[in-house]
Amino acid sequence: MNAQTLEIEKLPTGIGGFDYISYGGLPKRRTTLIAGTSGSGKTLLALQFLHNGIERFHEGAVLVTLQEQPEDLFANVRSLGWDLASHVAQGRLEVVDACGETQEYAQVSGEYDLGALTARIEHAVGKVRATRLILGGAGALFSLFRDPHFVRRALRRVVMALRQLEVTALIVVERTDDDKMARYEVEEFVADNVVILRNRLDNERRRRTAEVLKFRGSFHQKGEFSFTIDPVDGIDISPISSLASSAEAATTRISLGVPELDQMCGGGVYRDNIVLVSGATGTGKTLMVTEFIDSGIQAGERSLLFSFEEDREQLVRNASNWGVDLGAAEAGGLLKIFSEYPERRGMEDHLIHMRRAIQDFKPERVAIDSISSMEQSANARSFREFILGVISYLKVKRIAGMLIHSSTEVIGNPPLNDAYASTIADVIVALRYVEEGGAVRRALTVLKMRGSQHDKRIREYDIDGDGMHIKELHGGEKGIGSGAAPSAPQSDAALGASAQKRE
Amino acid sequence: MNTFIKYRLRLFVTGHTPASLSAQKNLRKLCEGELRGWCEFEVVDVLKQPELAEEARIIATPTLVKLTPEPQRKVIGDLSNHDQLLHVLDMHLPASEPAGH
Repeated sequence: MNAQTLEIEKLPTGIGGFDYISYGGLPKRRTTLIAGTSGSGKTLLALQFLHNGIERFHEGAVLVTLQEQPEDLFANVRSLGWDLASHVAQGRLEVVDACGETQEYAQVSGEYDLGALTARIEHAVGKVRATRLILGGAGALFSLFRDPHFVRRALRRVVMALRQLEVTALIVVERTDDDKMARYEVEEFVADNVVILRNRLDNERRRRTAEVLKFRGSFHQKGEFSFTIDPVDGIDISPISSLASSAEAATTRISLGVPELDQMCGGGVYRDNIVLVSGATGTGKTLMVTEFIDSGIQAGERSLLFSFEEDREQLVRNASNWGVDLGAAEAGGLLKIFSEYPERRGMEDHLIHMRRAIQDFKPERVAIDSISSMEQSANARSFREFILGVISYLKVKRIAGMLIHSSTEVIGNPPLNDAYASTIADVIVALRYVEEGGAVRRALTVLKMRGSQHDKRIREYDIDGDGMHIKELHGGEKGIGSGAAPSAPQSDAALGASAQKRE
Repeated sequence: MNTFIKYRLRLFVTGHTPASLSAQKNLRKLCEGELRGWCEFEVVDVLKQPELAEEARIIATPTLVKLTPEPQRKVIGDLSNHDQLLHVLDMHLPASEPAGH
């Protein structure tokens, strides 16, 4: 193999996340095989590739169907708002309908080839000057022609014809099993580029993943990526992309709603910071959220609150105890509260739902109370992708975020390491109980503040009808809690080290 | 003479591939032999008239379509198996018993 082979150009699919895992889209003017079990979303992905090509990139497209009626395919995506029939009417999409009951009467005798199918495809491509093509239901050929060697050979010829037509093509094939190759071993005939979609049961939940198995002569991300089917956008693969690209950081600061805490952070947190608040039950995490949102409202900023622990009424009642009227803020349009059980949907769907809510409401601040309740209802990997997805989206939109994490340890060092978020959060505030002379008090510390000097000491605080009050420097922080509370610089060094690795 | 035509056939081929040529030869032999005067056929080259292939949803060549009488039937291949061809198209030799196979 020639080592100097040029990197093959890619054609963007416009599918959320797919262009990221494929490093730019499908290999241009090549054929890619997409294989998946029934219901894995392969046909939807293929149709989305066509739809985006027509609507976003103004390219002509051809749909070749060997098994499903074009009308049925169109009907399946109408709920997504895609009107493929109108594209046909307007000459942007051409259908090669090679299925239908007439095929049942066909009998085979002697030598033959797929010359007619190829001729029809060529005709269709020319008619709309197509650059994108999908071919679905190739499995039907195997039941029609019986001889699998013939079908594989014939399909290889079709692929060669597609190559000459210079279209970027997707051939959709069905697999019977998530772990086996395609049903008819068709990978052989277009083995250059293969994408696999899976739909597995994982913790009693369906988990869909997409994987670029291979792109010959071209790079791509390795491994499986979760995706979800969004009622509006179709296929959406968790976008881990944007996290790596750090646009220029914000220099303006905003208040967390507690003046002393702002001071400890060096004058508030940055406009685009993600703040992780960690603490045991009763340490005032929900109060922190309330103060954060209230200070946004005071500044005339829009806030979105996702509550996975308490319902709206409970939240509003709690806040009113601290003198904050969340109900009025919501009525006034500066606040929107979403409250639901974490178990109500899968992680990927939560992510999609939250991103949509953010996109619609356009908040300047977003709070999630809590990410721990999400963690309990998902496996480690889904949760990690969820957190990455949320944080990267907030980063892209330059929204200040507050994530609440409940630690199970009541006294002592909150086990932050189990929360993946701790390495990507910009600011970490730890709330904890400390023992002092037989009494238990509440104290907090800023464990991490990216890009700024901050006060690393432990400060005691009280909660009353006005909210949180951080006291003057705790007299003997060295003696706190008989070793229950680690000294702040130590923790900071540990977290700093993991933060450095990323930067 | 034309009033006696019982079978109308259309043969789809791709250019001059060996299978296309032998299908035409086999069909001509049938229509000018046993079925002389009873059948009429036309040849469509899908490279020249892809829209006719589209209309009839043809994917393979050669494909023989029996247009009339109803029901329409299709046979894929070079038509080298004469008995099978008659059977599949449900054609009977004039004034005789149904063709065996």
